[in-house]
Amino acid sequence: MEKKAVSIISNNKTKNITEGIAKLAFQICAVLMIVAVFSITAYMIMKGAPALQKVGITDLLFKTLWKPTAATPSFGILYIILTSIVGTFCAILIGVPIGLLTAIFLAEVAPKPLAIIVQPAVELLAAIPSVIYGLLGLMVLNPIMYFFEQKIYANNNTHQFSGGANLISAIIVLTIMILPTVINISTSAIKAVPQKMKSASLALGATKMQTIFKIVIPAAKSGILSAIVLGVGRALGEAMAISLVSGSAVNMPLPFNSVRFLTTAIVSEMGYANGLHREVLFTIGLVLFVFIMIINLLLSFFVKKGMRQNG
Amino acid sequence: MDSQATVVMPQEKVKSSIAKKKQRKKDILAYIAVYLSATLAVALLVGIISYVLFKGARVVNISFLTHVTSFLDGTVGIAGNIVNTLYLIVMTMVIATPIGVGAAVYLNEYAKPGKLVSIIEFAIETLAGIPSIIFGLFGMVFFGATFGLGYSLWTGALTMVLMVLPLVTKNTKEALKTVPDSYRVGAIGLGTGKWHMIRTILLPSAMPGIITGVILAIGRIVGESAALLFTAGSAKILPASFNDLLEKTMQSGGTLTIQLYLSMSKGEYDIAFGIAVVLLVIVLEINILTKVLANKFDLNKKAK
Amino acid sequence: MEKQTKIKVRNLDLFYGANHALKNVNMDIKEKSVTAFIGPSGCGKSTFLKTLNRMNDLVDSVKIDGLVELDNENIYGEDVDTTLLRKKIGMVFQQPNPFPMSIYDNIAYGPRVHGIKDKNKLDRIVEESLRGAAIFDEVKDRLKKSALGLSGGQQQRICIARALAVQPDVLLMDEPTSALDPISTAKIEELMDELKKKYTVVVVTHNMQQAVRVSDETAFFLVGEMVEFNRTKDLFAYPKDKRTEDYITGRFG
Repeated sequence: MEKKAVSIISNNKTKNITEGIAKLAFQICAVLMIVAVFSITAYMIMKGAPALQKVGITDLLFKTLWKPTAATPSFGILYIILTSIVGTFCAILIGVPIGLLTAIFLAEVAPKPLAIIVQPAVELLAAIPSVIYGLLGLMVLNPIMYFFEQKIYANNNTHQFSGGANLISAIIVLTIMILPTVINISTSAIKAVPQKMKSASLALGATKMQTIFKIVIPAAKSGILSAIVLGVGRALGEAMAISLVSGSAVNMPLPFNSVRFLTTAIVSEMGYANGLHREVLFTIGLVLFVFIMIINLLLSFFVKKGMRQNG
Repeated sequence: MDSQATVVMPQEKVKSSIAKKKQRKKDILAYIAVYLSATLAVALLVGIISYVLFKGARVVNISFLTHVTSFLDGTVGIAGNIVNTLYLIVMTMVIATPIGVGAAVYLNEYAKPGKLVSIIEFAIETLAGIPSIIFGLFGMVFFGATFGLGYSLWTGALTMVLMVLPLVTKNTKEALKTVPDSYRVGAIGLGTGKWHMIRTILLPSAMPGIITGVILAIGRIVGESAALLFTAGSAKILPASFNDLLEKTMQSGGTLTIQLYLSMSKGEYDIAFGIAVVLLVIVLEINILTKVLANKFDLNKKAK
Repeated sequence: MEKQTKIKVRNLDLFYGANHALKNVNMDIKEKSVTAFIGPSGCGKSTFLKTLNRMNDLVDSVKIDGLVELDNENIYGEDVDTTLLRKKIGMVFQQPNPFPMSIYDNIAYGPRVHGIKDKNKLDRIVEESLRGAAIFDEVKDRLKKSALGLSGGQQQRICIARALAVQPDVLLMDEPTSALDPISTAKIEELMDELKKKYTVVVVTHNMQQAVRVSDETAFFLVGEMVEFNRTKDLFAYPKDKRTEDYITGRFG
């Protein structure tokens, strides 16, 4: 490089251009996130809305008969919606207490050597691909459920046997799959509760468990609610793990019925559906999308609330 | 003061001894519940891993890993799916890494808190929360139909880009936050431009965080299935010649998870468990790798 | 009449891992009086305070040797229930730390934890405790409101009331006014004078004037050692140890 007379104004122009381009490039990357969410939303509405009109909103959302390939097809997805709601609700009902107790273990109770075992185990549970959960559900849970099904419905002529691929199996799989989410988020929420609260409680003669359940958990409330909401999102959105485990028929969500979730309906029928049937599947996608967006809004509400509390 | 005298203290003041060790029943129950739950979490993991290994370990051998399932040749193997998975990882990350890192740099180094930033942050959170089946539907109609890419590795990869962007961005952002301000001030003080400072100081310092994000993203791609079923498709052939290498990106290709799902639906449980073993091994390695990186990152931080 | 000994400490040593934080401390704390611990930061006065209600048990690496007796019972004895001990020895912390709940629930927390459920009884305890901490009139109309909405000085008196609600014999106060403004500080000091009529008060303070104002006896700590322990007026008027004299005349610390 030649040594030129250095002026503090000299090459400002080229430098400014490089700086400008760099900034613009970074900004475009960030704005792409908005574009992505916007396009997904737009496409889901574009593809999902027409069937609502063609079939009729009430006929589609509030009728229960699902016969998409019949001569006079019927597209009632109420059972499918209900299955997703019931399945998610039950998975949360079972998974949240177990997850919360495990989080208490990790954050407050566990001696160090035990925490070192449990923490990575939870992380690994989160990392296992959902198809593997599906495979295990199919090979382990379904035979067990079939055994019970045969016992319970031995003299029942009206029950449609599912071979164990039923709502309970799906709920168990979902419960296991939301555990890591609930555990991880709750653990950080519990760990964020200031020590001075715990000291105050202990100094009053409260036991460790009283302190945890009466002071720590209430103080970590908004974090734990976030964990639950995230768990709901995960359970609602799970597809592959439960698509075979839950059976392959649309039924009312009763424990021993084969059922179809919003997600599994798409997975199992999109491959061969065409025409209106295909459009309805997109409507199912849209319904799921709306649920998830509501959950996202709830979540950002709780996160903000939590930040205000800690700040 | 009068009231003080008239109100009788509700509890009798007895000289109670402190030496009465009794456990509250509720406490004992709580301890039992807490320990049981933690045990359940560990037992689940151990159960899952050992069952998969028990069922699948004997299926996995060199031939299984290096051959393609073919009725004509009588071979059973997942080589095609392994290649497809690798393709998908490379194609996705080549696009997602720069965009994800770029977005993080913008958010952490350029953007001033305001409407735009909060919308971007919300978009990232939303992307992270959208279920993969929705990404699958979107990828199918947007990249597959609108872009005309059909069922192809490109359709799958572009779909996966959207899914892993939040992971890369979040991890990079965390890493950038840990770079001390003195580095920035120091570099700017020497007269370097911001872009130069980012390139030479910030990104190298944040590298462990970026790599962690990339590895987590790879883990996501390896484990993903619902988003790929209707985008990347399910073909499992190997590229026939060197010239086919690029062309393959325009063809359909099923990853390991997709093959697992298909095998399972067809009742080929041996193959399914074989793939499950391979997937578990990969997931385990990724997990260990991120741990190692995180530790290294911690050391770096302490050294400062 | 000579006051009786409430807490007796003999040959107390405390280690944080390898760090010898308290060295051979001996002390008799008299009942229904205010005892102050003074000394520079890190001298062990707070650590010593926390050995008296076993709050140091919560720290992993702590090892304690020696004898601490409350009413002639060894509080480090094998069959001691720390919850009963801490019911008898209440504590007020440096930072006001009310729970994120209503004023009423803050005060009722302790009694509830110890099994009192009767509403009338709780009402009475809450009122008594708030009166005892000289804050009842200020908060009587907002008992159901969050305690976090009060000022720092009010919060600290809520914390004192909370400690009184379990009817302790002893009240440990760990620099209770260090986070407060002068007016709130004065109120709390005034309160201590009231409190010692019913309770044995032990207060750690970084402020020598406070020790002079509130305490009957004072102990001076330096690097883990209890250098001098005497009636407050004697300790400040005629310090026996050169180090005490240096400290109270402001030559260090």
